[in-house]
Amino acid sequence: MDSKLLNILAADAHASKDDIARQLGTTAEIVGERIAALEADGIILGYQAILDEERANSKNVTAVIEVRITPERGGGFNRLAGRISQFDQVKSCYLMSGGYDLAVVVEGTDLREIAMFVTEKLATIEGVLSTATSFRLKTYKSNGILAHVDAPSGRLAVAP
Amino acid sequence: MPISDHIAHHVRDIPKSGIRDFFELVQSMKDVISLGVGEPDFVTPWHIREAAIFALEKGRTTYTSNLGLPKLRQAVSKWTADRFGVEYNPITEVLVSVGASEAIDIALRALLNPGDEVIYHEPCYVSYSPSIALAFGVPVAVSTKAEDNFSLTAAAVAEKITPRSKVLMLNFPTNPTGATQTKEELVKIAALCEKHNLVVLTDEIYSELTFDGAEHHSIVSLPGMRERTIFLHGCSKSFAMTGFRIGYACAPAALIEAMMKVHQYAIMCASIIAQEAAIEALENGAASVKMMRDQYELRRNFIVSRCHDLGLPCHSPKGSFYIFPRIDHLGISSHEFSLGLLQTQNVAVVPGPAFGPSGEGFVRCCFATNLDQIKIAMDRMETFIGTLSVTGRAAA
Repeated sequence: MDSKLLNILAADAHASKDDIARQLGTTAEIVGERIAALEADGIILGYQAILDEERANSKNVTAVIEVRITPERGGGFNRLAGRISQFDQVKSCYLMSGGYDLAVVVEGTDLREIAMFVTEKLATIEGVLSTATSFRLKTYKSNGILAHVDAPSGRLAVAP
Repeated sequence: MPISDHIAHHVRDIPKSGIRDFFELVQSMKDVISLGVGEPDFVTPWHIREAAIFALEKGRTTYTSNLGLPKLRQAVSKWTADRFGVEYNPITEVLVSVGASEAIDIALRALLNPGDEVIYHEPCYVSYSPSIALAFGVPVAVSTKAEDNFSLTAAAVAEKITPRSKVLMLNFPTNPTGATQTKEELVKIAALCEKHNLVVLTDEIYSELTFDGAEHHSIVSLPGMRERTIFLHGCSKSFAMTGFRIGYACAPAALIEAMMKVHQYAIMCASIIAQEAAIEALENGAASVKMMRDQYELRRNFIVSRCHDLGLPCHSPKGSFYIFPRIDHLGISSHEFSLGLLQTQNVAVVPGPAFGPSGEGFVRCCFATNLDQIKIAMDRMETFIGTLSVTGRAAA
């Protein structure tokens, strides 16, 4: 049941407990209990709206920073990655395979703020070897949702 | 002499589709929430659409073999072998048609002599009886019943068999009732077909849309049936490819050869672009099918639960994307219910008799519609039923 419940919430965090219960063939009380348990276990980390940021009139700037760091005996990349993730400017942080170690998604009010964050905070951390910053220019798809949706397909209202 | 007198009698005698009047009315209204559709609300998965685009880019714009692209026939052959354990020779025993609908038509035209009887179960897809009549056959309906969840019993088939019986048409899971068949009953029906030398025409277009982990049983996989069965399937429902119009028939070579004669002179071949897309669907579409089936199952649970709240008796279908709730206890006909719901609440469902006389007292609601729309539609249906009971009490 949990995996179906999580799929429903991942697609629509707004779904009511009653609607979920009807889809899963159970009661709203049980759905409420399971959601509470998944939240308590940290499996559900939070709920957020997915915005079309251009139309939401957000002036914010987003950058993906490729960061190379020195792994440490005992903890690998965890301590440094954890430290970088603490900054409020960092929206996401992933350990990557390939030519660099961390993909750090950073948000700021303008290019300068992000540049300052990278040069003053990120690059100066001991163990950070290099950074390469790329700014987001346009969003086509975010969290599985297309940013610019065409009109519906025009299914006939009644068909055999 | 009026020009209409020139119309062939067997065409003139086919009644106008019950769904068409209703369709015209729905078309004339704005902002209708429709549970009246017969196709998925999903757009064809991108990887399949992309295969069609790629085919166009490559300049794949020609006719194909009448039977269809060899690679598609191989994909069909592999799919039926993997799925049902039945082997078909892709060179001689598979025919690609323009939707399963065309396959039904050419199969009947290839099989029937005038006056041959075709037994089919009802309520059923709207084309069955007319297709039989257009092939100069005699449609013989077996009514299925709500108390059996609209499954077909061998006993009911046996009652209809005469010396002129030639073909038994099956459609499980069933449009419009969502009925499925147990293997035990299929075995009995298969025995009847062998005993009375009937050809089976089995339209299993909804086989991939079964729920609750229910296994779809195909009559063609039963011993002795492959040699007397035309197995029909297609991409429309499982892969949300209705507009691509790709169906296929698998049958012994002699029957495919006969069907090919009709298909060749009437149609030539299915669109090559759609055939290229169908190859991608059959070879790489399993994950897309599962995603859609999982969604349909959640929506089915929801809509059946709401029907029960509304006091509409309705079995929870193990296949297809339709529910077929009973409404006759409300004291109005299926047509009155559908018309009233449409005119007062802007919600479209299809009156049961569109699928044959035994559909009276029922309506078909399609749950291949997004959950938000289903929710609103069912809330409005609740309001509509509320007004009926108020009127009913006032009258009493």
